[in-house]
Amino acid sequence: MLHSSIDRVASATPPAIAARVRGLSDRAIAWLFVAPSIVLLLAINIFPLIWTIRLSFTNFRVNRPNAPIEFVGLRNYLNILTDNDIWQSMQATAHFLIWTIVLQVLIGFSLAYLINKKFRGNDLWTTIIVLPMMLSPAVVGNFWTFLYQPQIGLFNYVVGFLTGNDPSSFSMIASTSLAPWAIVIVDTWMWTPFVMLICLAGLRSIPSSIYEAAECDRASKWRQFWTITIPMVLPFLMLAVLFRGIENFKMFDLVVQLTGGGPGSITELTSINLKRAAFEQWRTGYASAYAVILFVTVFGLASIYVKALNKVKQR
Amino acid sequence: MSSYSVTEPSGRQKWFAGSLVVLYAVITLLPLLWIIGTGFKSPEDAIAYPPKLIFEPTVEGYVNLFTTRTRVPEDQLKALGEPTTWYDKLVRKEGVVITGASRFAERFYNSVIIGFGSTVLCIVLGTAAAYAFSRFKVPLKDDLLFFILSTRMMPPIAVAIPIVLMFRSLGLSDTHAGMILLYTAVNLSLSVWLLKGFIDEIPIEYEEAALIDGYTRFQAFYKVVLPQAVTGIASTAIFCLIFAWNEYAFAVLLTSGNAQTAPPFIPTIIGVSGQDWPAVAAGATIFLVPVMVFTILLRKHLLRGITFGAVRK
Repeated sequence: MLHSSIDRVASATPPAIAARVRGLSDRAIAWLFVAPSIVLLLAINIFPLIWTIRLSFTNFRVNRPNAPIEFVGLRNYLNILTDNDIWQSMQATAHFLIWTIVLQVLIGFSLAYLINKKFRGNDLWTTIIVLPMMLSPAVVGNFWTFLYQPQIGLFNYVVGFLTGNDPSSFSMIASTSLAPWAIVIVDTWMWTPFVMLICLAGLRSIPSSIYEAAECDRASKWRQFWTITIPMVLPFLMLAVLFRGIENFKMFDLVVQLTGGGPGSITELTSINLKRAAFEQWRTGYASAYAVILFVTVFGLASIYVKALNKVKQR
Repeated sequence: MSSYSVTEPSGRQKWFAGSLVVLYAVITLLPLLWIIGTGFKSPEDAIAYPPKLIFEPTVEGYVNLFTTRTRVPEDQLKALGEPTTWYDKLVRKEGVVITGASRFAERFYNSVIIGFGSTVLCIVLGTAAAYAFSRFKVPLKDDLLFFILSTRMMPPIAVAIPIVLMFRSLGLSDTHAGMILLYTAVNLSLSVWLLKGFIDEIPIEYEEAALIDGYTRFQAFYKVVLPQAVTGIASTAIFCLIFAWNEYAFAVLLTSGNAQTAPPFIPTIIGVSGQDWPAVAAGATIFLVPVMVFTILLRKHLLRGITFGAVRK
């Protein structure tokens, strides 16, 4: 396709230029190939980001486009950092992040370890386990509200059946103590397979000769596990945590549909809180400052983490 | 795989591992099967207590998904006469008549257009960039690649405000073109990183041979490299499609009617009393099935796709 368009350019241009188009230097081709992508990313990612930063120093409101825009300096930032609601959503986000990562790493690694035993049909079961993470979080989140219904919901019924409780006696998404766990459960259901896949890749990358050598040295299975398996899988595991961390820090769709941030604001993660400020209260400048804080946080944490990851890799 | 005699797990270990994994898989599968099953339940069966495992299947949910209906009083219903079609008959049981088409088909169509449009654009731009990054000395290569990756770290809401403003002034808000451009930008990082990995694996000698035979760079690119990269391009395309297909945040913030995709629509399906679960489940099923099929086709490349090729299987 590219070639034919170049031909068209070549045939439509005078000979001298045509010759140059045909015989583009490698360097020119490289630029020609890379430029469209870079331009698009600059236009739709970087330009808006810079705009967000600029707006964050103003009191601009999208729903009042004609009001004069005042520069307010760091006031938005100060307001955010002293706002209790925002600290509460930070806490909710931290709770969500920590528990999803802990559970997903534990279950994901165990599953990978078991699948690596190469039993019959493991390919089929692995594919089934992987399905949830390919689905739309919003659609899945919405349907889980049905599964979480007291009495009629499958989740409540099964849990009630297993624990001997009345399934209508508790509601995962309407109770302030259970709602944070409701989102942790769904996220774990969806994303454990991700951690599992990466751990599996890690486990399969360990050459069996190492185990054979350990076997010759009469190292116990337990010892082999802690001195070979874990250290060799660790870089993979850390990578999985990085990806999950970034994704869950931005978590929006699943939780919006599942609890909508409620009950009250107990599951109001930062991105839901941010959406509220930006698109319900229309405090554009304030929301922009909030967005900048979140971006800097995720970028900063990710950079520190990647450094640690590289250290582990080098060992 | 060659010689793992010492480390090969015993039969009992395999059996134990297998049964635990199967148990987990069954737990994973339950909610999915429940979605698909609920789509074929009648509204009463869907909210029965205890939850019904065995029920009489009906396509009422699907009919409700694609139509809008109103409740009519008994005498008016009689005046309408006998229902003429099977779906009329189906909803008439509830004392309801079909008044028109719902917007699901439209939303689904939007999902298809925007999903495929952005995927094609993503692949064209991504393949070109990946080829250049893989084969040429691009100045600041590592920085550019990291920059491309970092665009993925931003929470969508963080850039949504200026994008709303920008799209509004460019006339792109709530249009297919706008959403295609946006999703292309969102998925481009994935596309470039993945395709670079695939192209890196094609031996450079093939192209060199072609160049010596008198091919130009472009000819070598599309006659030699592209055919070799087909599997890589196909799996990258499916990943881009799945991400665009499932995207919710931008769709809900940037579209209102014209270009809205299915994910924001499905949760809004309301029946006579609250959410119409069979219809929601029917919509979800129609929406999930393509992704499930792709997942099964893709399982070999899955890991690469979701990790930007950072981990190779």
